[in-house]
This record gives sequence, structure tokens and C-alpha cells, in this order.
Amino acid sequence: MTGGWDWAYAVEILPALWRGLQVTLLATLLGSLLAFGLGLVFAVVQRNRVAVLHRVVWAFVQFWRSTPLLVQAYVIYQVLPDVGITLGSLAAGVLALGLHYACYTSEVYRAGIEAVPPGQWEAAAALSLPRSRVWLAVVLPQAVPRVLPALGNYVISMFKEVPLLLAIGLVEVVTVARQLSAESFRPVEPLTLAGILFLLISYPASVVVRRLERRTGAR
Amino acid sequence: MPAEPMIVFEGVHKRFGDSVVLSDLDLAVDPGEHVTLIGPSGSGKTTILRLLMCLERVDAGTIRVGGRYLSHMHRRGELVPADEKHSRDVRRRIGMVFQQFNLFPNMSVLGNLIEAPTRVLGLSRAEATERAAELLDMVGLAEKIDEHPARLSGGQQQRVAIARALAMRPDVLLLDEITSALDPELVAGVLRLLRRIGDTTDITILCVTHEIGFARDFSDRVLMLDGGRVIEDGPPDQLLREPRQPRTKEFLAAVLEGR
Ligand SMILES: Nc1ncnc2c1ncn2[C@@H]1O[C@H](COP(=O)(O)OP(=O)(O)O)[C@@H](O)[C@H]1O
Ligand SMILES: [Mg+2]
Repeated sequence: MTGGWDWAYAVEILPALWRGLQVTLLATLLGSLLAFGLGLVFAVVQRNRVAVLHRVVWAFVQFWRSTPLLVQAYVIYQVLPDVGITLGSLAAGVLALGLHYACYTSEVYRAGIEAVPPGQWEAAAALSLPRSRVWLAVVLPQAVPRVLPALGNYVISMFKEVPLLLAIGLVEVVTVARQLSAESFRPVEPLTLAGILFLLISYPASVVVRRLERRTGAR
Repeated sequence: MPAEPMIVFEGVHKRFGDSVVLSDLDLAVDPGEHVTLIGPSGSGKTTILRLLMCLERVDAGTIRVGGRYLSHMHRRGELVPADEKHSRDVRRRIGMVFQQFNLFPNMSVLGNLIEAPTRVLGLSRAEATERAAELLDMVGLAEKIDEHPARLSGGQQQRVAIARALAMRPDVLLLDEITSALDPELVAGVLRLLRRIGDTTDITILCVTHEIGFARDFSDRVLMLDGGRVIEDGPPDQLLREPRQPRTKEFLAAVLEGR
């Protein structure tokens, strides 16, 4: 292995790494959307009066939170086909990320919902608003903005965990970097660049989240 | 036979854990009547209003509003505790204004006023907006229609909350110490508005207040609550000036002392 940083090689592999990064970003985006949606459903169900549903969701969230993402990804990718559900790497990865993070976002939403004063529920009830409007027009518009920074932090953590999905064959940026280093026997450039790409995205993202935190905190 | 009262409590019991808040409470309010509830803190005044709002359930006894059971419903000839749909249906005739206003901070004043009329009464947005504008005009806040509640004073918020309740065209209006959270200089405006509503509508009003002067000229009848029961019931001039019960006397003395 030759020492030193090879600029020419670095430039040459950049397009391949960029394509890998796009997959990483896509998985993060879809995983976040799933986690946001599902987490919200979990949180709302847990406020519901249907006790059975409430307990089922609670138990699932507790169980799923205490097992590693990697195991969950394996189960979704390799065990689900046995029951007739075969998913590609990306779909399985997104599902794994979404389910895993939904268990965290549901707690975030729950805290946000609990922070809405009881008087708001009572005013909505006094106006006989239907339950759907109580949630959509009164409670969630007050609860969600307050928890956006916390949700944003989970998006950033998710982004950094996408490389785990190489275990189920998702060709994202770190996988690309590993393949490149295996082909060229030069691990320094691909892995360094992959790391830098992560930094270039997650650092500005965390600045945005911190700014959001200050704004919602100031309200 | 006289017309059925607008509000009837019969033998109502309400407990929170071990503490009995209302015990065997009977109470009737006629249509269009203005009744003020007074009584020491913790005597169950708010609980009475919350029961009417279906925010609490009776442990025993029944509540009727406008001749229909609120707390119960008929099912296969039997009287069973009301389900949510039934309660919501009967409760639609009742409006409530809270001590803490409870306007929806995520909506404009207009949004607060048209949400329920459009979603519950099925008015079109245009109809609801027209009605909201009329009501805001009546409460003297026409120019605040697009403002957000947070930018209004407490007195203004409370007037919007009154308009919001009226927008549902209620037969019954419940007012729970609605001037208690206001700065003293804002109280008069809200009370003036209530007097006007009392004079110009035939809404039945059940009101909890410590404003004894207001209670005297606004109410047709005053009920003194103590120990989960109505211990004195009379016209304001008698009850507030020459109470018969020693407890009422003590309570009024304490309230006037606090001024
Ligand atoms: N949700 C509740 N849980 C437990 N106790 C309650 C609840 N609501 C009211 N109480 C109790 O019931 C009693 C009557 O309360 P309330 O009706 O608010 O009295 P008032 O409005 O006359 O001051 C009080 O002792 C209060 O602490
Ligand atoms: Mg009270």
C-alpha cells in the first residue's frame, strides 16, 4: 500500500461516493417519514380510550426499543420472506429504520401532547368538536411544533445509522467506500471522504436543529 | 303543569376517590333563568358545571338538559349511562366559558369562532364568518378578527371566549368564575357584556362568581353550596342581603372581607 493522500484517486471516486450518499439520504428521508407517521399513530393510540389497543402498542414499543436496529433489520430482511413478504434492501432498510425510530418519536410526540394544557381539551369538548378535529385542529398543531427539534435530532441519528444496513445489502455510501477500498487497496481516501460527507450533512443539520430548539424554547 | 326546567339534577352524587364532592344534589333551572352558584372553594361549583359539560360523570343520580337525559340514555327501555355520542348530542345545547379563557392559541380569533360552527353545526365558512363578525362586533372586538389570542389582553380573550361560546347558539351558558383571572380594571367590561347578553337573549345562564354585586343584579336566583348540597336557595336580594343560613352569612362576610 502506498502512503499519502492521492488527490487524483479521491476525485475519481467522488461520483461513486455521491451516488452512495444519495441512497443514504433517501433511506433517511423515507425512514424519517415512516417514523414520523407511525410514531404519531402510536402516540395518539396511547391516548385513546380503547385499552386493548393502547396496551398492544405500549408493549410493542417497549419490546422494539429494547432490541438492536441491526437485529430488527435482519429479521425484516431475512425472516419476513419465510412468511411470504420479500422486501428489497432499501424497502427492508426503510421499514427497519422507520419502525425502530417510531418507537422513539412516539415518546417525543407523547411528551408534546401531554404538554398541551387540559383546558385546551376541555374547551374543545365544550364546543362538541369531533375527536378528529380535537386532534387535527387543536392538539397536534400545538404539540408538534414544540417537538420538531427533538424529531430533528432523531433524523440526524438515523442518518448516521443507515450504514448499519450494509448488513442487509443496502449499497449506501459506506458500502461504496468499502467496495472501493477493496478494489484499489486504498482505504484511506474512500473512507475519509465518506466520513467527510457525513460531517458535511450532519453538522449543518444539527445547527439547524439547535436553532429550531432555541426558537421553540423562546416561545 | 309548568314547562320542564332547562336543567335538572336529581339525587346527584359525585366522588373523587374518597372525597364526596356532591351528595344527593337536587337542582333545577328554568328556561331563560339566570342562576348564580356561590359557595366556598371546593364546595363543588365547578364540578356541577363540569358534569353538565360531560367532563365528569355522575356516580349516582341523573342530569337532564332541555328535557333530555344528559348523564343517561334510553336503551331497550332501560336507563343506562350515556355513551359519548349521546352526551355530545345533548351537550351541543350547552356552551361554557372558562376562568382561563382556553382560546385555541394556534388559531386566529376568527378561527376560534368558526371552528365549531363549521365542523359541528355544519355552517358554511361564509355563514360562520358572518356570524363571527357580528359576535365580535357585539363584544366590541370587531377589529381583532385576524389577531392571534396571545396578542390580546385577558379581558379581550375572555370576550372572544364568550363570543366563541355564543357562536354555537347555545340554549344554556355556563360561566365558571370568568372574571377571576382578569386584572381588576378589565373585570367591569366583561361583566357589562354579560349583563347585555342577559338582557338581550333568552339563554339560560348558570354562573359561578365571587362578584357579589354582579350576582345581585344579574341573577334571578342564587344558590349557596356547601358540603356537596344546596344549603340555601333564594332571590339575590334576600339571599345576598339577609341570608337565612349561618354558613351563607359567614361565607358572604368572608368574600366581602376579601375585597
Ligand atoms: N379531577 C379531580 N380529581 C380529584 N379531585 C377533584 C377533581 N376535581 C375536583 N376535585 C375536588 O372536588 C372538590 C370540589 O371541587 P370544585 O368543584 O372545583 O370546587 P369549587 O369550584 O366549588 O371550588 C375539591 O375538593 C376538589 O379538590
Ligand atoms: Mg371552581
